[in-house]
Amino acid sequence: MIPNPAADSRDHPPTSDPVVRTEHLGRVVKDKVLVEDVTFKVRTGEVLAIVGPSGSGKSSLLRLLNRLDEATSGTLYVEGIDYRQIPPRELRRKLGMVNQRPYLFPGTVEENLQFGPRQRGESLSHESIEQLLVRVGLKGYSSRNVANLSGGEAQRVSVARTLANSPLVLLLDEPTSALDEASKLEVESAIQNVVHDRGLTCVLVTHDTAQAARVAERALLLESGHVVRIGTVSEVLHA
Amino acid sequence: MLKLFFSNQLYLGLAQALVAALAAMVVVLLARKRGIHLERDTLIAMVRGIVQIVAVGSILLLLLRGPRWTSGFLLAGMITAAGATSAGRAKGMPDAFRVSAWSIALGAGSVIALMTWLGVIDTAITSLVPVGSMLIANAMNTNGLALNRFRSDVLAHVGEIETALALGAEAKTSVSPYVQASIEASLIPAIDSIRSLGIVWIPGLMAGMLLSGARPVYAAVYQFVVLAMIFAASGLTSLVSTLLIRDRIFTPAQQLSLQPGR
Repeated sequence: MIPNPAADSRDHPPTSDPVVRTEHLGRVVKDKVLVEDVTFKVRTGEVLAIVGPSGSGKSSLLRLLNRLDEATSGTLYVEGIDYRQIPPRELRRKLGMVNQRPYLFPGTVEENLQFGPRQRGESLSHESIEQLLVRVGLKGYSSRNVANLSGGEAQRVSVARTLANSPLVLLLDEPTSALDEASKLEVESAIQNVVHDRGLTCVLVTHDTAQAARVAERALLLESGHVVRIGTVSEVLHA
Repeated sequence: MLKLFFSNQLYLGLAQALVAALAAMVVVLLARKRGIHLERDTLIAMVRGIVQIVAVGSILLLLLRGPRWTSGFLLAGMITAAGATSAGRAKGMPDAFRVSAWSIALGAGSVIALMTWLGVIDTAITSLVPVGSMLIANAMNTNGLALNRFRSDVLAHVGEIETALALGAEAKTSVSPYVQASIEASLIPAIDSIRSLGIVWIPGLMAGMLLSGARPVYAAVYQFVVLAMIFAASGLTSLVSTLLIRDRIFTPAQQLSLQPGR
């Protein structure tokens, strides 16, 4: 089967519940507030940009959505289900995350794309791998060794690797911030292709407001771990 | 040369200890010149070492006159002390003392018990305690190396580990390359000891057996036996400790709790 995250998202019956909803979500570590009282919704097919200055809690919030860190207050619902009722590994598959740095595993591009499905005892066909690579603009790269990829190529493999898990929502943590200008455009174009052309739900963390305006429809502005504004991109960025 | 000045064995021993300690301090001073400060740790370790070995020597003297089962208490005490020493090499690791003590007890303890039962180690206190202590000491070193390597590998690869977790991997899968590397690295000294036996070094036990009148071939073979037991005890300790610590660096929700600066 060819993994089609957007199709998977649409397979779920339409409900009044958004695909992701947080309620007063927060995390405090040793009296330091990383994120506090964050409430927002993401509907199927929507792209939400989380913007804010460095240290405002953007990445901390994304880590709570992927449950790489534990919330110390509030909760998160995925398709209306409290995150604590979803096994962590299943939650992470549903809310697939792409890091700022790609962290590819040693081996070929195909081996990297097979990593997620193999954790569930599944395997993608070579055709499915090729189709995922076409989506991120890396046609014919499946047998390449990841050690020989450029920064932009590696990040696009990282996006494809997350898509191979057929996520409901794609969480992107500053996916272009560690790249040069040319690579940044390549990766952004791959993201636009995946998100807009396929209608995949996405939460994008970025400090680049121009990028947020290009990719997202709605935005959430965080400052010192608190939500300052939430609304359409123009309402939030031009207020 | 020292023998010319000291006829009493006790004084000679103290003088030899002083000279050996001075040699160690010269190294410490050389290191200091290069900005490496080992003074405090070395001094404390040497004072501790001499007090401990003299105390144990005195206890052994008493135990030699006691029943055989008392050696079990002595070995248990050694395992506890080894656990505490080893845990110091795993700063910031959760439950390091308990992991170390259990691993050494399982690794060295099971080899000592099995080999004593099989008759490879004699049940006499004079044999069981020294040989057992060698297994425990080597298991302690291996455990320290394994935990230290695992800790630094995990801290250096947080991104890779969390990427694997974010892709739905089990916690144990996300750190499996670092578990493997830690076990391999920790066993290098034990493997090298066997490999270089007789060529690079003639261990103290063999020298002691020769001095006490054992046949040279038997002393040599028994030294190999001891090193093979050390390898078995160390390998088992390393295997158990890395697996135990692996499960403790993750929360029940499979989040990596061992993080830089946390």
